[in-house]
Amino acid sequence: MKNKVKTMELVVHGIFLILGLITVAAVLLISVYLIISGIPAIKEIGFFEFMFGKEWAPTVSESKFGILPFILTSVYGTAGAILLGTPIGFFTAVYLAKMASPRVKRIVSAAVSLLAGIPSVVYGLVGMLVLVPAIREFFDIPDGASLLAAIIVLSVMVLPSIIKVSLTALEAVPREYEEGSLALGATPVETYFRVSVPAAKSGIAAAIVLGVGRAIGEAMAVIMVSGNVANMPSLFESVRFLTTAVSSEMSYATAGSLHQQALFSIALVLFVFIMLINATLNFFLKRQKEE
Amino acid sequence: MKKKILSIVTATLMLACVLTGCGGKEGGTVATDGSTSMEKVIGALGEAFEGENDGVTFTYNPTGSGTGITAVAEGRCDIGLSSRALKDEEVQKGLTGTILAYDGIAVIVNPENPIADLDVETIAKIYTGEITNWSEVGGNDGEIVLIGREANSGTRDGFESITGTEDVCKYRQELTSTGDVITTVANNPNAIGYASVASVKDTVKAISVNGVAPTDETIKDGTYQIQRPFVLVTKTDAELSETAQEFYDFCFSEDAKSIIESAGVVPAN
Repeated sequence: MKNKVKTMELVVHGIFLILGLITVAAVLLISVYLIISGIPAIKEIGFFEFMFGKEWAPTVSESKFGILPFILTSVYGTAGAILLGTPIGFFTAVYLAKMASPRVKRIVSAAVSLLAGIPSVVYGLVGMLVLVPAIREFFDIPDGASLLAAIIVLSVMVLPSIIKVSLTALEAVPREYEEGSLALGATPVETYFRVSVPAAKSGIAAAIVLGVGRAIGEAMAVIMVSGNVANMPSLFESVRFLTTAVSSEMSYATAGSLHQQALFSIALVLFVFIMLINATLNFFLKRQKEE
Repeated sequence: MKKKILSIVTATLMLACVLTGCGGKEGGTVATDGSTSMEKVIGALGEAFEGENDGVTFTYNPTGSGTGITAVAEGRCDIGLSSRALKDEEVQKGLTGTILAYDGIAVIVNPENPIADLDVETIAKIYTGEITNWSEVGGNDGEIVLIGREANSGTRDGFESITGTEDVCKYRQELTSTGDVITTVANNPNAIGYASVASVKDTVKAISVNGVAPTDETIKDGTYQIQRPFVLVTKTDAELSETAQEFYDFCFSEDAKSIIESAGVVPAN
């Protein structure tokens, strides 16, 4: 009888182990595949030429494969979105965690969750039909599809990650800290910004890094509003991101050509960026746990 | 009268086919993969083929010309669909392209734009950035916004090779689908773009080229200059499956002509 239970335990243990390994296998498979298919083009083009070349012209007879415009666009676009999205997200989180009445908190939280659930193609569509023409008319430029449009769309898209993670961190601050501050005569608002926020700073940093990850990996929404031309980034110019560089040309690139391989290399560069962001995120989350 | 005789003959032939059992094996499949521009025509052909042959399954995977050509080379589909002629390197890899039909590429502007006709040279000058304002070609004062497709797109390839502007177009936007191009041009009064004639909607205005409007007749007789081939891609040295071969033959039969025409493109043979 005891033996039977033990066998059963072992079987269940084995099944769970296999299920867990599927996830690991998927990650390994994707990483290995990306590295194997991404390295050859970088080798052939040359690392510096590839990473710092300013011109992307894959189908010309003397083709050029420089992805600096994509890298800078992704960096600027993400930075812009974080710059716009962080203050809004941060103050919303502070308000929801500390000041809002339960009813307001419930409604706003539901709205934030809904915002997170909207498919990115819908963001893109609204951006294309509303935001792009609005930018064209407001700034009186020939066409509104630009880095600015992408930044605005992305800044809305990063809000849910920033708000939700910051909110969790702020709510986890021990009540005693705040009560101590209030007892010493500080006002509630002073307490929130001098005590609660510093205590939750690792969590808030993690929220911002998560937002960075969301923004840099987004493809569908930005492809529809950014114009998608491989220019060096400029606020009112049409630009192409790392993600959209891969997705816009992959379906038409001739198989096995240097062009297709270079697209894999772009994906590899993006992958490295995301890995770095994830490492940063883990660093902040770990520090938050230790605190 | 002539048409009636033809349809009687066709009907008799079809009946004969059914009776003698040459109408295709049951349960056969035809897999096609490729150009999104060919969706309408290949869909109509596939539907008609399925209707005539019981139990045959026809599939179409709208991926893009490049992917379709790869798919047939790798044996992932029976027939690849390409909206551009095969490149030399693709022919050397053992692929054969057969032109099924011709598709006109319409040059589209916003309905508010008074321009109604341009010649090919002017269109080329506009797309290469020599002409940058609509007033230079007799329109309103406004900077021309060039809308195009991504590199390697069949439509872009077709447009650029016909107008002689390969790789020198100064696009303001490179969009990834015909629908996006039409939406963008419909939303910007100073935009100009290009799209398959068959997919042009009322939200944009297709201008005439060298005085010739893009219609079935002008594409058919070749007076409308901006047009491209729709190509069926097969392996040169491998035989198609029985069902796929029947579909292939069907595409070039007399019956298929009217189907191809009804899809808005012009049959090649």
